[in-house]
Amino acid sequence: MRGIVKRFPGVLALGGVDLDVRPGEVHCLLGQNGAGKSTLIKVLSASYQPDEGEILWEGEPVALGTPQAAMKLGISTIYQELDLVPGLSVAENIFLGHELSSAGVSQRGRTNREAAALLARLGHSEISPTREVGRLTPAAQQVVSMARALSQNTRLLVLDEPSAVLDQGEVDNLFRVIADLTAEGVAIVYISHRLEEIRQIGDRITVLKDGSTVATGLAVADTPTAELIKLMTGRSIEYVFPPRGDAATTPREPVLEVSGLELPGVFSGVDLTVHAGEIVGLAGLVGAGRSEIIETVYGARRPTAGVVRVNGKELRRGSVTAAVKAGLGLAPEERKSQGLLLDQAIYSNITVSTMGRFARLGFLDRGEERRRSREITESLDVRPAGVDRLVRLLSGGNQQKVVLARWLLRECKVLLLDEPTRGVDVGARAEIYTVVRALADSGVAIVVVSSEVEEVLGLADRVLVVREGRVVHEGPATEIDESRVLDLVMEGSAA
Amino acid sequence: MSEHSTTPGTGPDLTGVENTVGPTSDTVKVEQAAAESERTSHGGGLMSGAFGRNIGLVVALLVICVVGVATAGDRFASVDNLVTILRLASIVGVVSIGMTFVIISGGIDLSVGAIVALASVWASTYATQNMAEDTSWLVMVFVALAVGGACGLVNGVLIAYGNVVPFIMTLAMLASARGLAEIISERRTQIVRVEGFKDFWSADVLGIPLLVVIFALVAVAGWLLLNRTTFGRRTLAVGGNPEAARLAGINVKRHTTLVYVLVGVCCGLAALMYLARTSTGSSTHGTLLELDAIAAVVIGGTLLTGGRGTIVGTVFGVLIFSTLSNVFVLNNQDSSTQAVAKGLIIVVAVLLQQRLARRSVST
Repeated sequence: MRGIVKRFPGVLALGGVDLDVRPGEVHCLLGQNGAGKSTLIKVLSASYQPDEGEILWEGEPVALGTPQAAMKLGISTIYQELDLVPGLSVAENIFLGHELSSAGVSQRGRTNREAAALLARLGHSEISPTREVGRLTPAAQQVVSMARALSQNTRLLVLDEPSAVLDQGEVDNLFRVIADLTAEGVAIVYISHRLEEIRQIGDRITVLKDGSTVATGLAVADTPTAELIKLMTGRSIEYVFPPRGDAATTPREPVLEVSGLELPGVFSGVDLTVHAGEIVGLAGLVGAGRSEIIETVYGARRPTAGVVRVNGKELRRGSVTAAVKAGLGLAPEERKSQGLLLDQAIYSNITVSTMGRFARLGFLDRGEERRRSREITESLDVRPAGVDRLVRLLSGGNQQKVVLARWLLRECKVLLLDEPTRGVDVGARAEIYTVVRALADSGVAIVVVSSEVEEVLGLADRVLVVREGRVVHEGPATEIDESRVLDLVMEGSAA
Repeated sequence: MSEHSTTPGTGPDLTGVENTVGPTSDTVKVEQAAAESERTSHGGGLMSGAFGRNIGLVVALLVICVVGVATAGDRFASVDNLVTILRLASIVGVVSIGMTFVIISGGIDLSVGAIVALASVWASTYATQNMAEDTSWLVMVFVALAVGGACGLVNGVLIAYGNVVPFIMTLAMLASARGLAEIISERRTQIVRVEGFKDFWSADVLGIPLLVVIFALVAVAGWLLLNRTTFGRRTLAVGGNPEAARLAGINVKRHTTLVYVLVGVCCGLAALMYLARTSTGSSTHGTLLELDAIAAVVIGGTLLTGGRGTIVGTVFGVLIFSTLSNVFVLNNQDSSTQAVAKGLIIVVAVLLQQRLARRSVST
């Protein structure tokens, strides 16, 4: 791809991007949120048409008019949001759009056999081709997407943050599949925020920043992490965790007390106590029940047993309203679908949990809403500034700050954060960590769930390790290291 | 309202954050800048937002008026005819305002016409009218609003707490409410004989028929409710993303119920307007009213998927349809031609709306 330019009304999304990918390599695309990675791959897969520039395929300029044309050449893309039809079977999804048929009658037997062969090639012969896709786990759905890409004789496979929904074991498996594919000469474009993954599988790196290429074709082996971060940000730091206060040493009163919480088939016997000013981290594999635990604490799920107390007062089971009233706040795992009103202004997303304060006889004082929201967004450095903008137009990191701002405004006593930095770039991560620590220092009790062990250990005062719905370890974050946590979470589940 | 009223003011956590993260800027400067950006963004928003969004509707209404003047001349462009159009618009208008809330909240109400029929019949039975004559005609008003509200409550509770799909629930209500109206009235037209009621409801306010005044008041109240109150904000939140609204602490089930009660009360009011206009209560009142109301809301720019919509747009939608049918009547066109034109307008409006929605997503 040479000098690709893409404009959207009012925005220059790509201002001259070059990218060349060789057969059999894993080419990593790096860049902060909003750097133009997603736009670039949409141009590559012909979802968007470039305004300038050209795409060369095996040395020949090609015009990719439609996504079908790109697929015909052998370019397949697996997006962050999986594009499968939940009501159809695995095999039907794999061959969607190029069904195996004779004279318009689909050949079910052959479809299922070939689907099974593709799944076996991906090392997932346990997925039945006749299973309904909607009933599969996100990881298995991703395997189906890959099988679909393989079924169309793919020469270039684009993966947009494939590891975001996967746990460690599944990521390893993904990497094995990628290695097999590259050995067969398939080129891979791999997008990820996780630098350690790129180290593990990448061959070369292209770095995007603000819609332009700042470096292309860097060999992974010879480029230090510090330099990559510098290229992406202009800063030279990786994750900086703010220093812990004295919360761990000085005894304070417990704010959140959970005992014997149980949700059948998901988790049981969960005890959890969080003191004022303390950050407690929940580590564990995806599917171990971490998110479900805090959603249940928050009242979004109804437990069959157990008690949640805030400041000694028992909460009504399965009632979000009661939880919020008692001073709980949740920044949910799926920011866009669970956390935000994307088509509404920033300020109304922030005041949605505190509306009563801005109302007299039900009438809202919008000037006051804007003023208070602006104070908070400025203190959190939400960019671009201005609280009338639609939340949809913000980057992931800034959207997360809007969710935090909501609970800041509410002055909640307990803040539950589920994957607070998923899809958030390196720079904004550090800012979010600082905000979370500052909140704890002001006396808020905080629970953090994260798939990144490093994040849990770096941010939390105390760590709980969850495996298969049970807490298997509890202790200060400084007394456990990453490999021990991984040991604990993998133990037993690998067999 | 009640569950969110905690003490206002800056808490310790916020100050902590400001100290650590935020650039400590001069507060006075910030305030000024804030006030300035508020003015500009707010003013700009009004111009490009409300006006820009409705310009298509204004143009459509003007085109219909031009056609009206061209084909019917003074018979169209007269004060009397304007009042006729507004009277025609008033009943469907009141229901459409309620419908706007339901659709913004992500639901639909197919039972409005049937509820209107039931409320009109119940408010004009012998028993009700006897009681009204003994005491006050306000009894009829109370009965109509209570019946409408109760039907809405049944819809709302079963949709929100019983998890019945709105389409199915209100379809069931459509069938049973009209059936009940037929049972109560024994399919006879019930004549309104309470003098107090007739006197009040046929009165003019400053030369404007009361029905038109009611429509105007309901429209203004609806606008305020949607744009200036917590109720309206919650309706937008529930329709825009119910899961996010729930996790933000909004009682989505209760709010959904209230929205259906609201539209039910609007139906009760519409029933009273039928009683006033026709001096009868009948199980045939409001037939197909749901289609007119939904059509007006949709061409007014409210998304059927919920989360976005305007009262102003709905008012324009209602006026467009009533002006259109007025023009057809003045030109002695039958109602069949009118129905075809109506269908075309709906399709064109929705096509335009989709184009606008796509543009706003891609930017």
